Parts: sequence; C-alpha cells; structure tokens
Amino acid sequence: MSALAVNRIGLAREAYKGGPSTLCAGCGHNSITNHIIKALYDLGVEPHRLAKLSGIGCSSKTPAYFVEQAHGFNGLHGRMPALATGAGLANRELVVLGVSGDGDSASIGLGQFMHLMRRNVDCTYIIEDNGTYGLTKGQFSATADVDSVHKKGAVNHYQPIDPCAVALSVGSTFVARSFSGDGKQLVPLLKAAVAHRGTAVLDIISPCVTFNDHDGSTRSYSWVKDNDEGIHDLSFIPYFEEIRVEYEAGEVKEVDLYDGSTLVLRKLSEDHDPTDRLAAMRLLEESRTRGQLLTGLLYVDEHAEDFATRERLAEQPLRDLGEADLRPAREQFASLMRELM
Amino acid sequence: MLPQRGDLPSPTAPPWKPVDPIVNDLTILAATVNGSGSQSANLVLTRAIFSMGIPVAPKNVFPSNIEGLPTWYDLRVSARGYQARRAQHDLLIARNPQTWTHDLAAVVAGGAVVHDDVFLASGVREDVEYFPVPFGRLGKTRIASDSLRKQLTNMIYVGVVAGLLGIPFDNLVTGIERTLATKPKAWPVNIDAVRVGYGYWEENFSDRPISHVLRPVVGGTDGLILVDGNQAAALGCVMGGCTVAAWYPITPSSSLCESLTGYADRFRTDPETGERRIAIVQAEDELAAAGMAIGAGWAGARAMTATSGPGISLMAEFAGLAYYAEVPVVVFDIQRLGPSTGLPTRTSQGDLGFAYRLGHGDTRHLVLLPGTAEECYEFAQRAFDLADRFQTPVLVLSDLDLGMNLWMSRPFDYPEAPFDRGKVLTVDDLERLEGDWARYRDVDGDGIPYRTWPGTPHPNAGYFTRGSGHDDRARYTESPEAYQANMDRLARKHRGARTAVPGPVTVSGGSALGLIAFGSTHHAVVEARDELAARGLPVDYLRLRALPIAPEVADFVAAHERVYVVEQNRDGQLLEILSEELPAELVARLRSIRHYDGQPIAAAAVAAPLLALEAVCV
Ligand SMILES: Cc1ncc(C[n+]2csc(CCOP(=O)(O)OP(=O)(O)O)c2C)c(N)n1
Ligand code: SF4
Repeated sequence: MSALAVNRIGLAREAYKGGPSTLCAGCGHNSITNHIIKALYDLGVEPHRLAKLSGIGCSSKTPAYFVEQAHGFNGLHGRMPALATGAGLANRELVVLGVSGDGDSASIGLGQFMHLMRRNVDCTYIIEDNGTYGLTKGQFSATADVDSVHKKGAVNHYQPIDPCAVALSVGSTFVARSFSGDGKQLVPLLKAAVAHRGTAVLDIISPCVTFNDHDGSTRSYSWVKDNDEGIHDLSFIPYFEEIRVEYEAGEVKEVDLYDGSTLVLRKLSEDHDPTDRLAAMRLLEESRTRGQLLTGLLYVDEHAEDFATRERLAEQPLRDLGEADLRPAREQFASLMRELM
Repeated sequence: MLPQRGDLPSPTAPPWKPVDPIVNDLTILAATVNGSGSQSANLVLTRAIFSMGIPVAPKNVFPSNIEGLPTWYDLRVSARGYQARRAQHDLLIARNPQTWTHDLAAVVAGGAVVHDDVFLASGVREDVEYFPVPFGRLGKTRIASDSLRKQLTNMIYVGVVAGLLGIPFDNLVTGIERTLATKPKAWPVNIDAVRVGYGYWEENFSDRPISHVLRPVVGGTDGLILVDGNQAAALGCVMGGCTVAAWYPITPSSSLCESLTGYADRFRTDPETGERRIAIVQAEDELAAAGMAIGAGWAGARAMTATSGPGISLMAEFAGLAYYAEVPVVVFDIQRLGPSTGLPTRTSQGDLGFAYRLGHGDTRHLVLLPGTAEECYEFAQRAFDLADRFQTPVLVLSDLDLGMNLWMSRPFDYPEAPFDRGKVLTVDDLERLEGDWARYRDVDGDGIPYRTWPGTPHPNAGYFTRGSGHDDRARYTESPEAYQANMDRLARKHRGARTAVPGPVTVSGGSALGLIAFGSTHHAVVEARDELAARGLPVDYLRLRALPIAPEVADFVAAHERVYVVEQNRDGQLLEILSEELPAELVARLRSIRHYDGQPIAAAAVAAPLLALEAVCV
C-alpha cells in the first residue's frame, strides 16, 4: 500500500487511527485495535458516523486508540450495552460499535449484554476476551475455563460463561468467535458485523500477556495457537465492490448481509451452516468437550428486525426533531385539556 | 367472626339532630378491599361532586398488594379548595370487614357511616349515625351481570352516598360518563347500579338528614381539570420534546411512563405509517434505564427515565458519571417510603438529600421540586431545557401523593418557547472556529462548556467522553491541576444554576415568622397558614422549587426571626441542605417540622407543631 492510498471515501488509513495505546506491549487488545482500523478503513465508514462506546477495563480503553475523529464514550463497568442502546435510539444513522471485556460483559454486565442481544440493538459488540481482569491485575474472569490455572497457581473450579453460548441462547442474530492474532479471519468478520443489521457479537480471544499468558491458561497465545480450529475460510465482499467471483456449486456458502455485502464461507474444519442456530449450539458444545477453540462465524440471521425497526422508530435521527415534530398541535392539546375537565 | 344478620340491631336514632348542615365541606372515607373494583366507584363519586362545581381532592391509600388487602379512598370535599389530606372523616363507606372497627374509629362524632348490613354496628360507637345497606343481597338480586357483579355492587354505595349528600342524579351520570369515557357501552349498567343505591336511600334513609350536604356551585370548578402529577409530568415530557424514555416498573412512578406511552400512541405516532417519534423502552433494570437515557442524551436526544427511591439507589453510579462527563439527562423520582418492602405504596420526601448528591465523590445535581400537578407538567419541560443548558442530570422530585392522586388544576398552557438545546456546536460553528474548540473549556465564564453531538459531519467534531479524568480537550489526564480545575469549573457551573432553576414562590405579609416547604407539602401549608392566621399567628411562606437553593432563600430567612422548615422525612433533609448552604447566623433561625408516617401530610401536622414550638418561644 503506498503512503497516498485512500479508501472509497477518500480517507487515508491514518484517519482511522486513534491516540497511542497505553496498553502493555503484546496485549491482544492492541492487535484487535489494528484489525478494527483495517476493517473500518476498508469499509470506508465515515468517521463522524461512528460512535464508539465501551465499559471499563483494559479492553474498554481501546476505543481511544482508533478513529480519533469519531465520538467515543468510555462509560461504566458493564454498562456499555445501555449506553449503546440509548445512543442508537437517539440517532439511527450512527454506526454503533461497542468494545467490552470478558469481565465487563460476562460478569458485572452480563444482564445488560443479554438484554441488548434479545432486543437485537443494531451495533457491533466486541468482547476482548482474555479470561482475566486485566485492569485490576489478573483475577479470574467468568470466561476462564474449569481447571485453568492462575498466574499465581490457583485453579479455577467454576464453570465458564461462554459469551457465544449466551448469545445463541438469547437469540442474538450474529455470533462469531475469533482470535486477536488471526487478522485473516477477524477482519472479514468485523466487516460482516458492521454490515449486519442488529446485534453482531464477536467474542475475540485476546491474550493478556501480563496476567494470563502462562502454562495452564487457556487464553495464552500458545494455547490458542495449538487449539484454534477455524470453521470456515472467510472472505468479505462489500456491496460497493464490483468484482464477483463465481464459485463451484457446493464449494462455498454465501451469506448475504443486510447492506448488500456478502460473506463467503469456505469449509475448513466443519461443515457448518451458520444459519442453523441449533447446529451452532451443538458445535460449540462439542468443540468444548474436545478441548478445541472453535473460531469463525457460528450463527447469522439476516432477516430479523433490529430494535429500532421493531419499535417503528422514525428514520430521521430523533435528536434532530424540533418543536413542530414533537409537540401536538394546539387543537389536539386543547381537546386533551377538555377531556381532563 | 362476622355477626349474623339476626344479631343486628335496628339503626338507632342519634342523640342529636343536625339543624344547619355543613355545606360542601367534608371528608369521605371509602374503606374497601383491594382488587374489588372500588376504584371506579370512587372516581365516579369524585367526578360527580366535581361536576357540581365543588372542589375535590381525592387520595388513594392503598396497600402493596393486587387483591385482598384493605384499601382506602380518602375524598376531601372543600368549598375553599383545600387539597391537603384531612385526617378526620365525616362520612365512612365501610365495605371491608377486616378494617371495620378501625375505620369506624376514624369517623368524627356525629358522622355518618354507610356500611354493609352484616357488620355489627351496635356497641361500637354510639356517637355516629349508621346507614346499613344489604350490599350483598342488592348485588345478587338487582345486578344481572355475573361477571360485573362485584364491581357494580360498589356502584350501589355511590347511589346511597349521593342520596345522603344530595348529589343530583344528573351529576352521577356525568361522573360515570367521565370516569368511563372510553367505555360508553358500560354506562347503562353502571347508571343502573347507581340507581339501585339511590333507590335504596330513597326508600330507607331519605327521612334521615345527615350533618353534611352538598349544594351545586354554579361555575365553581369551571375550567378546572382533574389530573394526577404523573400524567401531568408525562405530558410535560411530550411538550418538552423528550424522544427517548427508558424505565423499569416501580410504584409510584410506573404510571408516568405508562401515561407517556399513551401520549406517544396519540401524539407521536404517524397514523398512517405507524412510525414513532419517541422510543420508550422498558429496560431490564434501573441501571440500564439510566444508561439508555444517558447514552441517548450524549447522542443529542432529550432523554429521561422515571423511577422511585430503590431505582434511584441503582442509578447512583450513572448519575455521577453523567455529572462528571456532563451529559444531559432527566430523572423523575416519584418518592415513596423505604427500600423494597418499606411501605412501597406510601408517600415520602425522603430522597431529597440522596438525590441532590447522587453519585460518589463531589456530585451535586439540579433538583426540581414541583408542588402541584401544573408544576409537574411545567417542570418536566424545564428539566429538559436545564439538562441541555447545563449539560448535567436534572432530577425532578415528585412523590406518591402528588404523582398518583388526582389534583384540581387550571388547564395547562401550551408552551410558547422553543426548546433550549444549550451550547451545541454545529458544522457551521465548527467551520467558523476552524475546528478549534475544546469540549470542557469554560469559554463564557459560566462553567458551561460547548459540546457536539455524535454524527456531526465535521472532522473536528468528535471527542472522547469519560468520567472526571480529562483535560479541557477531553483527553485523558491524571494531572492534579487539570483535575482540580475541572472540579472547580463544575462547582461554578452548579452555582450558576441557582438563578436558572425555578425560583421560590414567596408570600409575605410582614410576619416575624416564616415557613419553608417544598413539593406536595405545599397543600398542607396553605391550609395551615389560614388556620394559624385565624388564630392570630400569621406566617410568611417561601415555597422552594429547586436545588441548588436560590439567593432569595437567604433573604427570606434574613427577613424573619424564626423560620420553620416543613418536610416529609424524618431527618430534616432540607434543613440539612439549608444549614450547609446558608450563612451560620441565618441557620440559627431555622426550626424543623417533620412528618414521616407515610400518609400525605395534613394541615394539622404543620399547624400543631408550629403552635407548640411558638409557645415555647414566647
Ligand atoms: C462498578 C465497578 N466495579 C469494579 C471496577 C473495577 N474494575 C475495573 S476494570 C475491571 C475488570 C475488567 O476486566 P475485563 O472487562 O475483562 O477487561 P480487561 O481489563 O481484562 O480487558 C474491574 C473489576 C469498576 N471500574 N467499576
Ligand atoms: S494487563 Fe493484560 S489486558 Fe491489560 S493491557 Fe496489559 S496485557 Fe492487556
């Protein structure tokens, strides 16, 4: 890529960068930031339309590290879903992108996370999942696997909460798992998530080099590399791209996304149909018992209405409506007063 | 154990005969069983009397229960228009065997008691007049509909009471039509049921006048409306341009958002496409409700949530965030007693101190204190303007009494002023500034910075919102100087709000004594002041309508020797705030009168302690 390269709206990749990261060198979260930058640049998302929201944690700091020009809101621990829901209702034209951690979404914010998905709020919901609380220095999180070992030797005895299983159980309309180190898979997934209408959940395994990258952890770089099984090989074809490749029948599956883009899936480890929710649940469970980390698109439903559509909300941003749109006419008001007499 | 029919004595004549009945001034108590459908009967009675041109003030005293527990309806009829609760009852409608003796004890000597004929009336009180009615038999024999029998049997007492008090039948019909405005098909059966009661009175009691009578007053209530504070606030939200509302059900605030939903269907929904110009979300809890409203406020919508004390507790973290991140949001707190099971259906002004400083660290909010239904309507609108103007949470503190009971009010005014959206930079502004602006810089010296809304198409529009750790360009910093400068600016901004929030209303007649109250306490104060003046003790009055306290409050205290602060909480929370914010020499003049039993405050609870304290003073 030459220094002058620009995307379809004429912006250089630079325009998608943010402030310098203050996370540890080698933190998986930093890689995810870079993949987000690439995906948004490739998609040509207008920076001013992007709303970046997050909870609290190392992961939740990252919205400051991409798309400087966009509005960002580093909110409260576990409460990003509510902020994102409200922001999206206020202005349906925003591209809402939420970043969270596994502590943020699977512990303190589990309720909000689930309710956001059951409403199918239109947003991309990224969980940077390191199995630990990075920012508070390494306690187990609720996604840590049974028998995984803490840096100081303690063993986790409690069942993990799998964000993808939770997502499938509450009818989330886009569920994927990926790995911070696998840009080839993650970037198309991120693009598809933005193209999707409704909640797109991405549980991205993102090793914490400082507190959870040791032997006995199931979130270390080496463990993930050894156990990662990609379901499909993915390529994303944006709606604005002319080129269409013809595939042999049966060779690939195509997922038509809401904005006209297509996600092309080519079988790797599993012959999984991502429109089959039950199959996705079975696959998750089976891979877990096999000790595998299955990554890729688990489930997608492009037909479900998102929250604002279901609520029949005006297309025009609500925040732009004025007195004439929002106050009943004088006669209507007067007749209401008469009814109260 | 209920007495049997055969045990009952015939009604005895009271030892006295009323000569001059008291006109248009009494309190009726209807004691019924929750879930028995007595509510519409009570409303019909209320609206019938109101339609006679006589001022009414009804109050529901209800349990935290859906069916089976006792419930009371307290209907004050006052020629002078007093709307506070009155603890003595002149006419009892007793339909609840569980509470019969207790209810009977609340009737004034010489009062009238309409009761189920199966209740034992003798030997309990000899100084009241009994009007036993065979409700069960009348219901069975005279009401045809099996499914509506329970509810319509209550309508029978409306007819009996109408007879006793002299309510013309036409007004009863008006009462039915108004109460069941949306169900005209139900009018005839209700009218028939009332007629059964009226007929029973005619046959059995028409020769027994009671000590009170109602006489129509031409034009007495003309042009007035009957509305509850929550409905008024919901309408205020509509007129104030609210477009996002998130809530979690809780008594006594639920009816605010339910009313808002009704108004949204009517005024914010395109009749053809069904497209809505408001989002109303029933959230998963109050944390989420507050978060949604704050997310929407951040993105530029006028957003609100409504709750009561327990929900306010859950919103504390978000309220603090919105204060520091300077996000506009309106929060209605319809106050009630205690956490969880602490009398959730009883009224209180116990959240004042908590709400004012909701959040951890040094937080201070703008708190509006409506005292009337009309102010619930007006302050709801002003709350959105103030939230936008000051970029901060605005809490509107109402209470169960104000929010859930019907109040007489003059009709509300259609707002003439446009919305005040505060200091929001548009693309044009940003171009003029050549993109050079700082989110948290005090440009105008009032502590209020400029903001942009997400989605503003300018490369310099964006900024990053977080809690208190930021410099004036909204960049993260842990610099002590930047932190403190920001804290001081926030304090400056809050001080500036003292003259922007609704100012106090003062009535002064040059008395040495003053009285300060807020919210629904107002109505008891109005009446108490009349009583005190009649006893030769006129008291000046300042009604506080918002926090932070306006400069006039200090002037008022300075102009009086002793100032009684009246409030509905145990600890004197307003007194505490005043003590902190007024100069020490003025604080010494403050006295406290507190009422906190869960019942709406009555005039006697103001006048009696004030008299007692004054007796000590002189
Ligand atoms: C209400 C509340 N409780 C606790 C904290 C402290 N806290 C900050 S970050 C964090 C955990 C973050 O873990 P995770 O979401 O997994 O993010 P990571 O740092 O691992 O990326 C906690 C407990 C807080 N900020 N707020
Ligand atoms: S502590 Fe862990 S999660 Fe946090 S920045 Fe460092 S490596 Fe990343």
